[in-house]
Amino acid sequence: MTLIQAVFIMFAALTLGAGLMTVLSRHLFHAVLYLILSLVGVAGLFILLEAEFLAGVQVLIYIGAISILIIFAVMLTRGMARNPGPPLNNQSLAAAVIAGLFFVLLAPVLAGFPWPTAAPGVPADAIEALGRSLVDPNQFALPFELASVMILAALIGAIFIAREKR
Amino acid sequence: MGQIYDFIYNLLPYLGMWLYGFLRSLGLSEEAVFLVVGLIKAFLLANFGLIGFAILTYVERKIVARFQDRLGPNVAGPYGILQPVADGIKLLTKEDTMPAGADRWVYNLAPLIIATCALAPLVVIPFGPGAIGADLSIGVLYVLAVGSGALVGVLMAGWGSNNKYALLGAFRAVAQLISYEIPAVLSVVVVVMIAGTMSTVGIVQAQDVPYLFVLPVAALAFLLSGVAEVGRTPFDLLEAESEIVAGFHIEYSGMKFALVFLGEFVHALVVSALFAVLFLGGWRGPWLPPYLWMLIKMSVGIFLFFWLRATLPRIRIDQMLNLNWKFLTPLMILNLIGVALIDKGLRAAGVSSGMWAAGLLLFNMAMLIGALALPGYLGRRARMAALAAEAEAEAVEAAVAAH
Repeated sequence: MTLIQAVFIMFAALTLGAGLMTVLSRHLFHAVLYLILSLVGVAGLFILLEAEFLAGVQVLIYIGAISILIIFAVMLTRGMARNPGPPLNNQSLAAAVIAGLFFVLLAPVLAGFPWPTAAPGVPADAIEALGRSLVDPNQFALPFELASVMILAALIGAIFIAREKR
Repeated sequence: MGQIYDFIYNLLPYLGMWLYGFLRSLGLSEEAVFLVVGLIKAFLLANFGLIGFAILTYVERKIVARFQDRLGPNVAGPYGILQPVADGIKLLTKEDTMPAGADRWVYNLAPLIIATCALAPLVVIPFGPGAIGADLSIGVLYVLAVGSGALVGVLMAGWGSNNKYALLGAFRAVAQLISYEIPAVLSVVVVVMIAGTMSTVGIVQAQDVPYLFVLPVAALAFLLSGVAEVGRTPFDLLEAESEIVAGFHIEYSGMKFALVFLGEFVHALVVSALFAVLFLGGWRGPWLPPYLWMLIKMSVGIFLFFWLRATLPRIRIDQMLNLNWKFLTPLMILNLIGVALIDKGLRAAGVSSGMWAAGLLLFNMAMLIGALALPGYLGRRARMAALAAEAEAEAVEAAVAAH
């Protein structure tokens, strides 16, 4: 086993274990912290794939912004410090059946996919290529601009809702 | 003579090369050498942070004391130079308390996360050509990303302490850190745009003229938001003693408190190092060896922080938010657009690099003067209107009384 493999197993276990704890944890605040740990694991996997930019953005956006937002929402939720009782409700059986069916659907697809074992090396100017492709009309300029317009619309909507009534 | 100078100049890369050769001669594989060298670098960088923290606590107390016409620490050792050691021993012997009802794991992990996230950015700070922890292609993005991890630590400390002041302090801290991240990121984006790279080494190499003299608006915005992100006076309302006692770290004692404190000081160190890298030309300079230049330029930022702390009073929370959202953020967005247009225009016109720098400097200075004059004008108009209204009310009152 090489060093890379050992590190991969470590990050994979971190991601999966923390993800599991996110669902199983009874305390809402702890669940968010486990979610953050899981996202750190994903960032580690990105680094192993030599996608450093994605790793940086993953940490900056998902941990630095979205998780903080979730923590704020959780902390401002009334009665979150109380013990919420058992994590299962009376729909747990139906949920388990549907999740199982989904797994049955997904497993053959994943098993049948020919995973390439030798990926081509990442070019040194990958970030530059990414930046150029985002503004190239033949590649992703339109989706990129659309996403920007959507964020702007959401921003204006948030300001309109939060504005004091005159 | 030339050889000696070359040796002193390239001391750190030579040491690295010697270490590499030494480890290879021991018969270690390439991968093992990579691992060992990485661990040694991590050890050195972490200790740079810790020793920097110890020195900074002493220097800050001395400098602030001088500003306030006092002597500062002067008992432990000559000129009180052993004060950090005494403080360290004192903190080690303090009782390690935990408040009742605290969230055990969250409370105990928070200082570790804060300290780690503060130390981690040191990896991409270049101390000279070839003397860097790791030259990541995402350099400055890495610093911003890791820095945002400290937010989680602050929230954990605030929540885990089971104390209302701690929680309020954490809310304030996160609101301030998230707000000021925006102008900080925008000013870094301006530099990245001009340098054409996110690597810290690449940014230093691109600075034939230090960017302070090309992009002064971005430099000022970065410094201001840096002070705010570190949470030092005048932006220390996240630990305002008169309102919330000490903020998110109120319940910590002993070495855990020291770790939180370490996070704050190392963060200041990192911000000033980043300021040196982004705007002062990093290790580049005449005569002196590069690592000395880097340390000198870092001290400039640090001294500015202490100077601000000793001079300015604390601002209110509405002033803090107004300064960010109504001044710094719009200013930096306009600056980003303007610099992009002028940079492309000048390069398309094919002017010399001196003319290019002068053009950008001219634009930035015009923008700075405009940005400072406009709020001044608006504020004066508002004050005058208020004064006029008051005078009118008084006149009416006087007329009523005379009647």
